Amino acid sequence: MPVKKVFEGSVDYIQILDKNGKVDEELEPDISKDVLDKLYRHMVTARTWDKKCLALQRTGRMYTYAPLVGQEATIIGTGMAADKTDWIFPSYRESYLYHMRGIPLSQINISWMGWEKGLQIDPEYRTFPYAIPIGTQLPYATGGAYSMKMKGEKSAVISFGGDGSTSEGEFHDALNFAGVLETPNVFIISNNHYAISVPRKWQTKSETLAQKALAYGLKGIQADGNDVLAVYRLVKESARRAREENKPTVLELVTYRMGMHTTSDDPKKYRSEEEVEYWKKRDPIDRFRIYLENKGIWSEDYEKEVNEGAKQKVEDAVKEAEEFKGDPKEMFNHVLADMTKNLEEQKKEAFKK
Amino acid sequence: MKMHMVQAINNCLFQEMERDESILVMGEDVGVDGGVFRVTDGLYDKFGRERVIDTPLSEAGIVGTALGMATLGLRPVAEIQFQGFVFNAYHHLVQHAARLRNRTRGKFTVPMVVRMPYSGNVNALEHHSESMESPFIHIPGLIVLCPASPYDAKGLLASALKAKDPVMFFEPKRLYRAFKEDVPEERYEIPIGKASVLREGSDLTLVSWGAMTYVSSKAVEKAEENGISVEQIDLRSLSPCDYETIHESVKKTGRCVVVHEAVKTLGFGAEISARIMEKDLLRLEAPVKRVTGWDITIPYPKTEEYFFPDEKRILEGIEETVNF
Repeated sequence: MPVKKVFEGSVDYIQILDKNGKVDEELEPDISKDVLDKLYRHMVTARTWDKKCLALQRTGRMYTYAPLVGQEATIIGTGMAADKTDWIFPSYRESYLYHMRGIPLSQINISWMGWEKGLQIDPEYRTFPYAIPIGTQLPYATGGAYSMKMKGEKSAVISFGGDGSTSEGEFHDALNFAGVLETPNVFIISNNHYAISVPRKWQTKSETLAQKALAYGLKGIQADGNDVLAVYRLVKESARRAREENKPTVLELVTYRMGMHTTSDDPKKYRSEEEVEYWKKRDPIDRFRIYLENKGIWSEDYEKEVNEGAKQKVEDAVKEAEEFKGDPKEMFNHVLADMTKNLEEQKKEAFKK
Repeated sequence: MKMHMVQAINNCLFQEMERDESILVMGEDVGVDGGVFRVTDGLYDKFGRERVIDTPLSEAGIVGTALGMATLGLRPVAEIQFQGFVFNAYHHLVQHAARLRNRTRGKFTVPMVVRMPYSGNVNALEHHSESMESPFIHIPGLIVLCPASPYDAKGLLASALKAKDPVMFFEPKRLYRAFKEDVPEERYEIPIGKASVLREGSDLTLVSWGAMTYVSSKAVEKAEENGISVEQIDLRSLSPCDYETIHESVKKTGRCVVVHEAVKTLGFGAEISARIMEKDLLRLEAPVKRVTGWDITIPYPKTEEYFFPDEKRILEGIEETVNF
């Protein structure tokens, strides 16, 4: 019997804006000036906020924090590309997304400052509370997408996970169920090359993370995750495909975590300065600045205005967050919808004068 | 109508799915096959694959996907084929289902039901006879129900399908077809968190749930024949637990025997016993007695009968406590 080939597949790599700010005009998405402006403002605000959060943590004004620096294009590109009616399931690294969805920046600070109140987010914003365990949000995104499909809502469910999350069983479950149940999902893998200290190459022998999609019957695409034009375009296209055709996509966005995993580790221990330098030259904001300059949007004055605006916004948010004071008694109030007698007694005991 | 427990649960699922179209059933073999115990028999033909889903074989995938469905507007009833296999999904239940309401201060909730057959002494394969209620009762934010009769199974499941929080619904497979009783055709609810006093008595309180309630009832009959008046309580709801009913009864009888088939150490009997000690010490005439499974791995079928509390052991426990 002749040997038959029973499966063949491939994964495309997409980059629209290269590291020097040169654009591939064939792939360049048609984005209005207003949206281009917002993309830039959000990226700058996110970086400014991130820097501030790190400083707050270092001076004891905030608890453990997971910096986003270097990954702005993945977060902001997605946030801008998603429709208001789409759902986003972020990981902790994308907490800035809540702000893009309409939630005050101060509330995200409240969360990182140790108050549950920070995640008291109304479901109308269609942004799922981020999870601390790795990858657990992925099957929830699949189930959520099934809900959207059953209810006849034309909404894509866009989730985030890191390269490390692809090693979790949840990644497999989420993609496998999405394939079988034909759910409107977009699974973004933010491949930032490290799961705390463990490099991407030690997570899997797989050449790309996107190719894992093929085994589940999903489409897999790899893109330059530091290219906000590529992220924007691919998320738009994948979300449309999800909404209109119930076809899930896996988007591997190749980026780099410029900072530490969280404020509790020191990256110098597990990666070289040369490597960091290599990625510094591929910064998502630097190249987008050149693009905007060529478009006649960016100027020195514009830069100044955007930066000052971002700084002010961040300062206001932090001030508001630091003024927040929650009620400790609340810790007993949301265990179940109805408080049990047992909890009533314990609450009384815990807060007796 | 006379029904055994499988019929009662099946009847409830039919009714509830007709009442509320956001309810769907999902799990391994629950659709075309109607479930390995036939609990979901006929649902697939009536409601179709969109609402009766034969899922890929992954407990974590079933519960994880169900959790996502529940948070975004559906009300899934996820089946774990046997409780012994639930631990693949335990992570989702503990880390997220149980906590989501609290960590979002009430904004995101998980109104789902996870059904699973538990209990043993039915000559099953390894991992098919577990009684693992403690690891779930231990988790704040989960509701844990365990019916002991067809009537309660239907009424408790109906309540579970209106609950605002995740419900673990433990079905004693040993009682699935053990007996029939009158179960109303029409819909009714049994309130969550309320124990059932099966028999009033004055000498001793016997507390049990699920399959052990059935076995205990036989022992109680014998005890009554021997002149011991037993107040028998079936908990039905393990979390929240109706401690008030237990305290009230023990205040009256001064003696208590707790029966469960889970292992003794850190079984729910330990908690009940501690609560009685905290509140009713001066009323006690004897130590609280626990009649339970031994602290060993459940034996294979040839010798499993030595593991599970039976009529004889329960009766001995009652007599020992009365004669203390």
